[in-house]
Amino acid sequence: MASAEGQQHPLGIYYKIWILLFVLSGFSYAVDYFDVQGALRWTLVITFMFLKAGFIVAIFMHAVWERMALVLTILGPPTVLLLLIGFMSIEGSYTEEARFAYMGHDRDAVALTPAELHGEEGEEEH
Amino acid sequence: MSEATANEIGPHEGITGLVDDWAADKQAYHVPWGKAMMWIFLVSDTFIFSCFLVGYLNVRITTTEPWPAQSEIFALSFGGDPIPLILIAIMTFILITSSGTMALAVNMGYRKEKMKTFWLICATAAFGASFVGMQAFEWTKLIVDEGVRPWGNPFGAPQFGSVFFMVTGFHGLHVSAGVIYLLWVAFRVKRGYYDEKGFEIVEIAGLYWHFVDLVWVFIFAFFYLL
Repeated sequence: MASAEGQQHPLGIYYKIWILLFVLSGFSYAVDYFDVQGALRWTLVITFMFLKAGFIVAIFMHAVWERMALVLTILGPPTVLLLLIGFMSIEGSYTEEARFAYMGHDRDAVALTPAELHGEEGEEEH
Repeated sequence: MSEATANEIGPHEGITGLVDDWAADKQAYHVPWGKAMMWIFLVSDTFIFSCFLVGYLNVRITTTEPWPAQSEIFALSFGGDPIPLILIAIMTFILITSSGTMALAVNMGYRKEKMKTFWLICATAAFGASFVGMQAFEWTKLIVDEGVRPWGNPFGAPQFGSVFFMVTGFHGLHVSAGVIYLLWVAFRVKRGYYDEKGFEIVEIAGLYWHFVDLVWVFIFAFFYLL
């Protein structure tokens, strides 16, 4: 519990969370490295993200040990952002759909990669 | 520590404690005022970063031009084939390492181990500085080699550049400010400035530093991975 004595906790928990954060980051990177795509990519990346964020706030920033008055001040206001995210995705999807439907934008356009732009260096013969 | 901050805490925890803290016509947050203010600053900073990230969400959804492949743009080659996103992964690990050393510094501060605290904060600042260095390298690579600009790039959606420079730039600014702040605190710890006042300042500086790491967790996921 929080008091004027400050936040003193055994070192062990910090080491455990530290290692856990490394592992979770490793997992996130692995998602990209092994080129997982689609819904699974989103699920994995967002799960690892929230786990990491949760552990940082809870343990490193000591939120689990603070009194509820402070915790709600920290975590309460940002929850309204969920509403903003929801509104902006609905609005965004509508805009995108309108651009496809009425402005003739290409649905199947594909991004270029640096390799395509610079040419594959190994393949060029001089 | 100082009696001034020890405004009496009622007997209750949880919801009853919440009602007590807000209703008793006294101090609501039973933490040093500096810590309460840092938390309030961080909540407001959360909103600023959220504005950027929600703005990114909106342009990412609305743009009909294809979004550039981050995995390949941020790949780096160490002699062999380019490894996807490797620089960003290294930066992520560096920031987590610095968060760990900071957590230990806070702990050592409360144990009044001044020199350990000093060196741990210095290590944190050094990791932070190397993070900014890598970011400078990444920016240079994108601007000079790839021709990415805030208004356009050769890969796809022009919004990629604006979001990239805005979001990573604002985060990098936070890291740079954090490095200066940490070094300032570290030297005051070493000089014995907090021997009388107590070492809450290390925890407060730590909150800021962990927040910077926290923001990077979201940037890493939303901008680089998704």
